[in-house]
Amino acid sequence: MRNLFNFIAKNHFFLLFIALQAVAFIMLIQNNHYHRSFWINSANYVTGQLYLKYTNIGEYFFLKRINEQLAEENQNLINQTAYSFLKTDQDVFHFQDSVYRRQFTYLSARVINNSVNRRNNYLTLNKGSLHGIEPDMGIITSQGVIGIVKDVSPHFSSVLSLLHIDTRISAKILKNDHLGTVLWDKPNYRKVTMKHIPPHVDLQPGDTIITSGYSKIFPEGILIGTISDYNIKKGESFITVDIDLFEDFNNLNYVYVVKNIFGEEQEYLELTARTKLIYW
Amino acid sequence: MRKTILKYLAGFFILVVLQVFVLNKIQISGYINPFLYVFFILILPFDIPKYLLLILAFILGVTIDMFCDTAGLHTSATLFMAFLRPGVIHVISVKKEFEPKTFPGLHNMNSSWVITYSIILIFLHHTFLFFLEAFSFTQFFATLWRSIVSSLVTFALVFTGFFLVSKPYRR
Repeated sequence: MRNLFNFIAKNHFFLLFIALQAVAFIMLIQNNHYHRSFWINSANYVTGQLYLKYTNIGEYFFLKRINEQLAEENQNLINQTAYSFLKTDQDVFHFQDSVYRRQFTYLSARVINNSVNRRNNYLTLNKGSLHGIEPDMGIITSQGVIGIVKDVSPHFSSVLSLLHIDTRISAKILKNDHLGTVLWDKPNYRKVTMKHIPPHVDLQPGDTIITSGYSKIFPEGILIGTISDYNIKKGESFITVDIDLFEDFNNLNYVYVVKNIFGEEQEYLELTARTKLIYW
Repeated sequence: MRKTILKYLAGFFILVVLQVFVLNKIQISGYINPFLYVFFILILPFDIPKYLLLILAFILGVTIDMFCDTAGLHTSATLFMAFLRPGVIHVISVKKEFEPKTFPGLHNMNSSWVITYSIILIFLHHTFLFFLEAFSFTQFFATLWRSIVSSLVTFALVFTGFFLVSKPYRR
């Protein structure tokens, strides 16, 4: 026993280093899970409040640009209201129209922390579970897909940015509906890559890429970017497409949190269908 | 003794605030991110107990991780650097004995010693950090390049820091 104590006393520096390093690695591995239930992140109360204060000061510098953006969005919305359409068919009468059922609701939130220069980037929003945000909801702006909610606390939520190694977005080419997967594997934060497009698909630089709506997270038709270049790598049977993002991730301010009302239903159905297959 | 502790406590907060609210927000050519907070480990006294060195490194790393959303990443790299600090000091110093209660700086060490000391430790920290962040050797040279360039920027800041903390030696 005394030998053991002597050994620990003699090597305490190395043993303590190993112990603390082990704690650090456990945190790192837990963090890599899709759902982190760990308090060391910017969604906790102290860091969240500090970032909120910081953003409150910094926000004044963006007022002009935000106003322009809002005016543009208002213009688009007014264009979609009933007042801007001429009713040509006077005979049809709608009573409790059940053709359209609301599937997505949108909640506006402010970005209070953001980064673009790391290998894995996260955002923090100023709204959390009290406002109805849950993990797995999508984050968009009028100009594109931003990310997916990873963690929520009562007042804040932490978002996995599109600029993250784990983010995969199901996307399609607007003009011919061909599917692919959008991911970020470049050092440049203005560019992403789209993979898994078969070689026979007709592509042109400048084509628009939008979300496919196949996942339960994003609605169909949210903008992502335009094709800047494409090529087939040696030994691969799919085209790799380079995409210029519409959204500049470096100056995000206000974003929308997307809630899919039928998301759980879709997920449940897909899950049961898969398990049934195994039993057959 | 109490004065020293207060000084280091103030230094800790100033470095964390600088790191989180200034350095993490500026973009230097897209992917360079200097990590000035390692300066705290560099200026700890020579005769600090080794266990205390590791514990301080752990606390510093966890604090930075909380703000950067990178649980464990900075903690691990800072611990690695703190673990190697006594060894690096031993290897690069000609005179192995240091006066008690002094810390590395331009007032008691010549500038080439300070430069070697900080460059070695900063580079070890950054390389460990960037490779752990990438978690693969697939983009080996891109990651290495990132660590070299970021180390140089951090070193420039750290060297400025040494000028600020190293007052002329008075008795």
